[in-house]
Amino acid sequence: MNEKFETHEHDVLIIGAGGAGLRAAIEALGQGASVAVVCKSLLGKAHTVMAEGGIAAAMANVDAADDWRMHFRDTMRGGKFLNNWRMAQIHAQEAPDRVRELEQWGALFDRTSSGDILQRAFGGHTYKRLCHVGDRTGLEMIRTLQDRGVHLGIDVYMECAVTRLLKDGDRIAGAFAYWRETGRFVVFKAKSVVMATGGIGKAWRITSNSWEYTGDGMALAYNAGAELIDMEFVQFHPTGMVWPPGVQGILVTEAVRGEGGILRNKQGERFMERYDPEKMELSTRDVVARAIYTEVREGRGTEHGGAYLDISHKPAEYVKRKLPSMYHQFRELADVDITQGPMEVGPTCHYMMGGIRVDAETAQATVPGLFAAGEAAAGLHGANRLGGNSLSDLLVFGKRAGTAAAEHAKRAAPVEIDGGDVEKATREMLEPFERAGGDSPYQIHRELEELMQNYVGIFRNEEDLEKGLVALDQLKQRAARVKVNGSRLFNPGWHLARDLKAMLTVSEAVALSARERKESRGAHSRIDHPNYDDTWAKQNNVIVRDGDRMKLKQSPIAEMPPDLREIVEH
Amino acid sequence: MSTDLKTAIFKIFRGDRHGGELKEYDVPIVPGMVVLDALHYVQGHAAPDLAVRWNCKAGKCGSCSAEVNGKPRLTCKTRLDDLPLAEPVTVQPMKSFPVIKDLVTDVSWNYRVNRKIPPFSAPANVEWKMDQRDVDRVQEFRKCIECFLCQNVCHVLRDHSKQEQFGGPRFFVRVAGLEMHPLDNVSRTPLLKNELGIGYCNITKCCTEVCPEGIHITDNAIIPLKERVIDDYYDPVRWFLRKLKGNKNGA
Repeated sequence: MNEKFETHEHDVLIIGAGGAGLRAAIEALGQGASVAVVCKSLLGKAHTVMAEGGIAAAMANVDAADDWRMHFRDTMRGGKFLNNWRMAQIHAQEAPDRVRELEQWGALFDRTSSGDILQRAFGGHTYKRLCHVGDRTGLEMIRTLQDRGVHLGIDVYMECAVTRLLKDGDRIAGAFAYWRETGRFVVFKAKSVVMATGGIGKAWRITSNSWEYTGDGMALAYNAGAELIDMEFVQFHPTGMVWPPGVQGILVTEAVRGEGGILRNKQGERFMERYDPEKMELSTRDVVARAIYTEVREGRGTEHGGAYLDISHKPAEYVKRKLPSMYHQFRELADVDITQGPMEVGPTCHYMMGGIRVDAETAQATVPGLFAAGEAAAGLHGANRLGGNSLSDLLVFGKRAGTAAAEHAKRAAPVEIDGGDVEKATREMLEPFERAGGDSPYQIHRELEELMQNYVGIFRNEEDLEKGLVALDQLKQRAARVKVNGSRLFNPGWHLARDLKAMLTVSEAVALSARERKESRGAHSRIDHPNYDDTWAKQNNVIVRDGDRMKLKQSPIAEMPPDLREIVEH
Repeated sequence: MSTDLKTAIFKIFRGDRHGGELKEYDVPIVPGMVVLDALHYVQGHAAPDLAVRWNCKAGKCGSCSAEVNGKPRLTCKTRLDDLPLAEPVTVQPMKSFPVIKDLVTDVSWNYRVNRKIPPFSAPANVEWKMDQRDVDRVQEFRKCIECFLCQNVCHVLRDHSKQEQFGGPRFFVRVAGLEMHPLDNVSRTPLLKNELGIGYCNITKCCTEVCPEGIHITDNAIIPLKERVIDDYYDPVRWFLRKLKGNKNGA
């Protein structure tokens, strides 16, 4: 094969340019490393830009009683104690500094009357804890990080997609990628690679996630031999738009409830009284999502199969100031004025708690030289993530991954790229053009979304999961034979053929783990096993590659030290 | 032509930097459908290699800009029921940027302009307290989602191709956000006057009209920045002081 490719060498290669990737890049650069960021889209368009409600950090600007211990406790309770407690501790302790740092780089948060960063209430957080900018916190964060990174001198490879990690023996040696614009191939040589690729929402039909969310990082890491954990825990956000059909799944920020929004069924009942009378609308996302789903299933849903979410009892000017993008989103896409009447909302696939298994201190995966941060990594959120804990996760562990990746690159011996691996990666990418028959990748994707929605959704049972796994296996066979038309120039069909492989790998990991965990905990609800199980309270599901087969095993959760146990129990 | 209005006809630009043509596709109409949905339908059923940029599909990321029936729009926010569907809907790439393929254009020039702008910088030991009223003024500029529609319609760029001498509305908005940050202490007026060529703007407000975020680009960003440049460069007292100090940057 005489296919040409360009080669770039860096100390640290970061895959993904959202909050975690950019924060890691800034830190690695600060350590003196040469840093490249590779991203599938243009810079500044990553999923972080869509984050709305805020960054959770115990700054105690509004509620003086808040401190890291309370944030730690809320995070562990929200995650049903399946969290990596050390990650939850680090996260709660370091989040306030990461927010202050962002402000010092130019981010402008909403203010309290005394001029400090304003914080709002959110589900599962005992105190007002979310630092925010109206309902466009993610945009503020990504723009701040992007401008900082660019001015410090990060090399950004935009619209460039990694298709395979390259190894030198058991160590990471770099990555194989292609430029979307030209279809030409690129080899990155790097001693450290940071996965900051986000989640897998595009495997479900109803999702708040963009086209980029295809589980790339998890699949790349898995194929390189890294362990994935907690893959059964997929967060369905309680409030996505349900009508009109074209906007189904688009996120309605939890800040609507944080600012006082009320949920009602079609009979006008404030149904959260039956599911969590204490926290009501500000219960954790797993509880609220199941509540809405149950109301609809039992015939109390709205016209279009959702619940009503109403903020119109607040003054119109207040709603427009605190929730400006929700106001515009409903006015422009659904002809609803949220200052005058209720929104229709229902659950939408939103976030992956599971992912690449990492060390709490260094964010290093189980493969030397591989690191992961943000949604691609697992551990912090356990069985259910609290709103606002994602943006803080990106900053806290993005920084740690950047530091550790730079240090690793300094220490590690030089790596060599294996020409045979590059040739294999090249062939894998070109094959879909050469096939005579086969399905369109779009067809397979539609079937995958339907399958995951129906068999691996909010409520699960053995029979559905079994059916799902069988169907996934059949889809995998067909996906291996997809046919791609057109040229290599900016070809979305070709790209999807590659993303499909990642989605299928990660979907299988989700279904396998979900079948294995015979209990209900956090976001994982088994109709056939509705209660907690003591055995499962003490172990994580672990997915690892065994030749061509996916292997599932369990790993015990480390005992929490007495001082931390004291915090969560009181 | 569709008369039952259950399908719409789309004429979409297909081509690359060497040229192309409008190609016709039938798309079934679904309630609440936006132009981006129609493009996805075409990708999924008729033209899997149709190149389109998009991310959030909710007007938050600014990726899906194009010209719909000749008007610069975010395709994710352009509803079919606002368009005259008795006629075909044309979708073409932004005219001011070179075509890469189909609806995808080369916007890399914008990223090069951005690099010229000195970043936010606060004085040492400042107290990080700010008044919400001061923050509100700047947050208007920080709402920008970088869809580049303002750059696309600005005649200085679109008709006169002053890319080398002119930064464009997007970057005046960005500079305004930095200059008016309550704690920033960098002056960017030399940059505005010289490298970003703010003088070329003759305030026709085309940029303001197309901004999907409703930013008052001309009134709140460009005009105040022009005033700063005038104050710094053309105020006779300041001009004289600069002469005395031998400042070569002056007008």
